[in-house]
Amino acid sequence: MDAIILQTLNGLDKGSAYALIALGLTLIFGTLGVVNFAHGALFMIGAFCAVTLQRILGASFTTIDETRTDFLGNPMQVETPYVHAWFGPETGASIIEWSVPLAILFSIPVMLLIGLVMERGLIKHFYKRPHADQILVTFGLAIVLQEIIKYFYGANPIPTPAPDALTGSYDFGLLLGMDPNVIIYPYWRLVYFAFAALVIGGVFAFLQFTTFGMVVRAGMADRETVGLLGINIDKRFTIMFGLAAAVAGLAGVMYAPINSPNYHMGMDFLVLSFVVVVVGGMGSLPGAVLAGFLLGILESFASMTQVINLIPGINQIIIYVVAIIVLLARPRGLMGRRGVMEE
Amino acid sequence: MLGLGKKDLSLLILVAVLTMLAPFLLNPFPTDSGLAQFNAGYPDLMQRFVIFGIFAIGFNILFGLTGYLSFGHAAFLGVGSYAAVWMFKLLSMNVVPAIILSVIIAGVFALAIGYISLRRSGIYFSILTLAFAQMSFALAYSVLTPITNGETGLQIALDDPRILGVSQTEDGSIPVTHFFGIEMRATEVLRLGGWEFQFSAGYYLCALVMLVAFYLAIRIFRSPFGMMLRAVKSNQQRLYYTGLNARPYTLAAFVISGMYAGLAGGLLASMDPLAGAERMQWTASGEVVLMTILGGAGTLIGPVLGAGFIKYFENIFSKLNDNVLHGWFAFLPDGLEDFVVTIVHPFVGKGWHLTLGLMFMAVVIFLPGGLVEGGQRIARLFRRRKASDEHRAAQETPAE
Repeated sequence: MDAIILQTLNGLDKGSAYALIALGLTLIFGTLGVVNFAHGALFMIGAFCAVTLQRILGASFTTIDETRTDFLGNPMQVETPYVHAWFGPETGASIIEWSVPLAILFSIPVMLLIGLVMERGLIKHFYKRPHADQILVTFGLAIVLQEIIKYFYGANPIPTPAPDALTGSYDFGLLLGMDPNVIIYPYWRLVYFAFAALVIGGVFAFLQFTTFGMVVRAGMADRETVGLLGINIDKRFTIMFGLAAAVAGLAGVMYAPINSPNYHMGMDFLVLSFVVVVVGGMGSLPGAVLAGFLLGILESFASMTQVINLIPGINQIIIYVVAIIVLLARPRGLMGRRGVMEE
Repeated sequence: MLGLGKKDLSLLILVAVLTMLAPFLLNPFPTDSGLAQFNAGYPDLMQRFVIFGIFAIGFNILFGLTGYLSFGHAAFLGVGSYAAVWMFKLLSMNVVPAIILSVIIAGVFALAIGYISLRRSGIYFSILTLAFAQMSFALAYSVLTPITNGETGLQIALDDPRILGVSQTEDGSIPVTHFFGIEMRATEVLRLGGWEFQFSAGYYLCALVMLVAFYLAIRIFRSPFGMMLRAVKSNQQRLYYTGLNARPYTLAAFVISGMYAGLAGGLLASMDPLAGAERMQWTASGEVVLMTILGGAGTLIGPVLGAGFIKYFENIFSKLNDNVLHGWFAFLPDGLEDFVVTIVHPFVGKGWHLTLGLMFMAVVIFLPGGLVEGGQRIARLFRRRKASDEHRAAQETPAE
C-alpha cells in the first residue's frame, strides 16, 4: 500500500512536466495544425530563464574592505550583490534565494515574446507545407536554440536550487496514519505538482470562460467558418502559440530545481512528450493532460524493484510500449476526436 | 550498359571516378601549408564519407521515394554494428561474413519494426519508428547488456573463440579485421612534392561497397517498383482506388533501407571493431535525416552529397579555433579583426552544430530540394541566360 502511494506521488512530478509540455504541443497542433519539434527547446529555455534570473539577481560589485586582509596580507576584496546593497542584506539574501519562483514572473513575458517571434517569423510560413517539412524545420530550430543556449551557458548542468523553505521533505505517511519515514516526499515536487495543476486549470479556464477562449475553441473546431464570420482567427492562433510557449517555459522554470538545467534537457523531454500527445490523442487538450499524468505514474510504477525483477528493463521502455499499443489499437488516442489525423 | 540509361550511367561513372580518386581530390593542399587543415583525405574521414553515404542512400529509398519519414533509422545501423562485432568475436576477423550477417540481421529487424510501424502513416509513423528506436537504445543500454555490453560498448577481446580464425595473433595481440588477408587498416602513403596521399584498403572496400549500393539504388529508382513507391508518395488514396495495396511496397522499401543501414553499420564495425548503443540514439537518426534533406531527398546523388557535406564540415569546422580565425583575418585592421573573429567564433569549433542547424533550416525553408536543387537552379540560371542570348540572336537575324 505504502509503495503504491509512494510511486503514485513519484510519478506526479514527472507526469506534471509531461502534461504541461504535452498541453502546449496540443495547443499548437490543435490551433495551427503544426507539429512543433522545437517545443522541448522552449521547455529548456524556460529552465534557463530561472538560471538567468538567478544570475541577474546574484550580480555583485566588488569593494575593498580595508579592515580585513586576505591570506596574502592584501586588503580583502568583498563581493556584494547589488540586491544586498539596495534592499539590505537580509531581504537581499532572501530575494536571491527565491529566484526560481520569481523567475515565473520573469519567464512569462520572455516566453510569450519568443513564442510570438517564432510563430510570426517561421511557423507562419509552414502552415501549408506537409507535416514532414514542419517536423524538419522545427527540428532544425530546436538544434539552433539548443546550441545558442550551449554557447552562452556552457554544456554542464547548472544547479538552480529551490528556496530553503521548500527544500525539505514532507512525511506523507504521518498524514495517512502510517509509520513515520515510510512515505517521504520532497516539498518542491509537491509545489511543482500544485503549480502544474494551477497552470493547467488556468489554461482550461481561459479557453472555457473567456470570449477569446471561446473563439479559439471555435477556430479549433472549424477554422474556416470562424474566419468567414469576420474574426481574425490567425491573430488569435498566434497568441495561442505564444501561450503554449509560455506554458512550456513555466514547466521548465519550475523544473530547474528538480533537474539542474542543461542544454539538451529539452530534447530528452520532447520525445516523451510527443509520445504523450499521441497517447492522449492528437488535438485533445484533456487527453494530453490525462496521458501525461498517466504515463508519468506508469513510468514510476515500472521502476519499482518488484516490477523490474518480474520484467527486466521495463522501466526504460514502458512509455514506448504503451505508445505502440495505443497507436496500433486506438490510433486516435485515449481522448482524440474521431477523424482527426487518424490515418 | 548495366541496364542503366545514358544519364544514369554517366552519373554512376562520375561517382565511381570521384570515389576512386578521392584520396587525391580531398587532399588539394600540401601538408605543410596553412590550408592543410582543410584536407579531408585521411582514411578515417573518407571511410565515414562513404559509409554514411550508404546510410543516407538507404534512408532516401524510404523517405525520398515513399515520403515516410522514419526517425528511428539509426537503430538498424546499431543492430548492424552489433551483428558485425559478434561475427568478429565468434567466427573470424574476415569482414565478409560480418557484413553479410549485419545486413541480414538489420533486414529482419526492419521487417519486424516496419510491419508494425507501417500500419500508420504521417506523423504517427515518425513517432512509432522513433519509439522503437528509443526502445532499442534503452534496451541495449540496460537489459541486453550480455549481448551489447551496455555502456562500455561491444569490443573484441583476446579470449574470443573465433572458430575460423585465431583468438590472438602470435605475438599475443588482438587480430585486426581483414578482407581475405588484406588488412583493413593497411594504408599506402604516396608522397609527391609537398603533398601526401593516403590510400587505405578499408576506404577502397567501403567505396566499392558504396558503388554497388549506389548502383542498386539507381536500379530501384528506375524500376517499376520504384515507380510504385513514388505513387505511394504522391497519392496513396488513388493507389487504393486502383485496387493496389501499398503496404507490401512500402514494407519492401522499409526493409531495403533498413538493410542499407545495417550494411553501413557493418562497415563501420569492420573499419573499427566496436559497437556502442549511442549509435542507435535518436540524434543519430536525426543526423541521417539531416544528411538526406540537406543533399536533396528523392534525388540519386543528393544523400551522398549531404552525407559528405555534413561529415566534412563536422570534422573540419569543428577543428577551427580562435587562433586559426585570427590567422585568417589578419589582413584586417586590428579592431575589425577582433570584431570579425568574435562574430564568427560561435559558429565554428564546438559551436559547429549551430551552423549545421541554421544551414538545415535554411535548406528546408528555401530549398526543399536540398543542395541538388540549389545546383540545378544555378545551372538553370546560366542556361536561361545563354538561351535568351541565343533567342535574341535568332530574333535579330530575320531583321537584317
